[in-house]
Amino acid sequence: MKMVSVLTDARSIRIKGRSFLAVVLSPDLPLDHWLTRLDDLAARSAGFFFGRPVVLDVTDLPVNRDELKGLVAALAERNVSIMGIEGARPSLIGPGMPPALKGGRPASDVDVANSAPSIEVRTPDSPAEASDAPMVEVSGEVRSTPQSLIIREPVRSGQSVIFTEGDVTVIGSVASGAEIIAGGSVHIYGTLRGRAMAGAIGNSSAQIFCRKLEAELLAIDGVYKMADDMAPDLRGQSVQLWLDGDAIMAEKLS
Amino acid sequence: MGKVIVVTSGKGGVGKTTSTAALGAALAQRGDKVVVVDFDVGLRNLDLVMGAERRVVYDLVNVIQGDAKLPQALIRDKRVESLFLLPASQTRDKDNLTPEGVERVIGELKEHFDWIICDSPAGIERGATLAMRHADIAVVVTNPEVSSVRDSDRIIGLLDSKTVKAESGERMEKHLLLTRYDAVRAERGDMLKVDDVLEILSIPLLGIIPESMDVLKASNIGAPVTVADSRSAPALAYFDAARRLAGEILPITVPGDKRSGGLLSKIFSRRAA
Repeated sequence: MKMVSVLTDARSIRIKGRSFLAVVLSPDLPLDHWLTRLDDLAARSAGFFFGRPVVLDVTDLPVNRDELKGLVAALAERNVSIMGIEGARPSLIGPGMPPALKGGRPASDVDVANSAPSIEVRTPDSPAEASDAPMVEVSGEVRSTPQSLIIREPVRSGQSVIFTEGDVTVIGSVASGAEIIAGGSVHIYGTLRGRAMAGAIGNSSAQIFCRKLEAELLAIDGVYKMADDMAPDLRGQSVQLWLDGDAIMAEKLS
Repeated sequence: MGKVIVVTSGKGGVGKTTSTAALGAALAQRGDKVVVVDFDVGLRNLDLVMGAERRVVYDLVNVIQGDAKLPQALIRDKRVESLFLLPASQTRDKDNLTPEGVERVIGELKEHFDWIICDSPAGIERGATLAMRHADIAVVVTNPEVSSVRDSDRIIGLLDSKTVKAESGERMEKHLLLTRYDAVRAERGDMLKVDDVLEILSIPLLGIIPESMDVLKASNIGAPVTVADSRSAPALAYFDAARRLAGEILPITVPGDKRSGGLLSKIFSRRAA
């Protein structure tokens, strides 16, 4: 007899993206000179890197795996903990090393306050002290107006469009194996064959619109729907999708 | 300066090497000076299809590593005198291709030839990306079936991002070459139709090469199909494609798609209905 597993909980798992502001360090050669300059900076602003997410950008830095490992260790000695490495070839990242990151977008620069050099240069063991005196401020303000990204060519298989600031509009098709991830709504003026995720960083009023629905996966605000879960009569149609509570609703566009 | 064409597909076995040889020979038969370059280091095939496998002395890797001069490695075709082959190495692997070396060789070839046609290996790894890197024009070879079409779509994305042209903000000229097309099977729904493929890939069509025994026959005697039997259906389709590459504007014909309807197609359409 065939056993059928019964779903006890109908709630679906929510998958969300979230972006954080990290400090990016881009070392240059020779590494020991760069580390000396870093020590100099740390001497001027004690605890600058303490508890702060730091990403190491090694794009165009000709180092091998051991040198990179040494660099991460040297930074750890200085209480700079690396949360990820950007721009490294996969072969450079070994077990026990921070994960490779990609798709980072530039943000406003971080200013290092020029505090008077103190005797206790580094304060590794006193987190309270470091957080009591914030040495950093982010210059420039975070944009709050809705943004939009318009793509005027087809999105090809294997390509991933990530735009968390607002809406994404594609004038063309989104291929099987391609994905659009938007903070706001997703508009496809073509056939949607790949994946579309709207409201990716938490926005339940985001919607997905497409001229022809052939999607592999649809998600709004972390609630997702696979191709097999979609009503068959919507296939190949112009469709709009929205979120009603925890359910993705769909309707043909006339 | 010559024009550099990359013949690419992502998927293997769709007809890149056959198309490289046939287009190269067709352009040379028009009187242009053509070199076909095999980038499939370690799995070379182009020398066999060109019938030059017993004449390979030096190869692309030797030239890149400075062991041989370019003229020493070039093999002149015995049938079409303005057609040359730069073979790949069979004993080395793709790591022997360096970006600087490839750039130098392509630059040198551009000074001496009208057309440099690069036969890309399958996949999206080093060999394929180096083959497309310096191209002016891409010929995307696709079979009318879903996996080939999706792989081609992926390659088109790479052509638009990982090439020198794309990086300098220019648009890479891309053409679709639909190979192994069988109108009867497409009509029956066993294969994708031309319009379906064009709708998905949305790049201009360079030609449709019919599925034909003549292609295999030509490969086995070591001749490009345009040389082996220049009156055969695939040869005629490749000649048209070559004329379009050279800038002529010709209407595209779908091979075997007789609207008047032969006996066979009538039987099949009745069966399908």
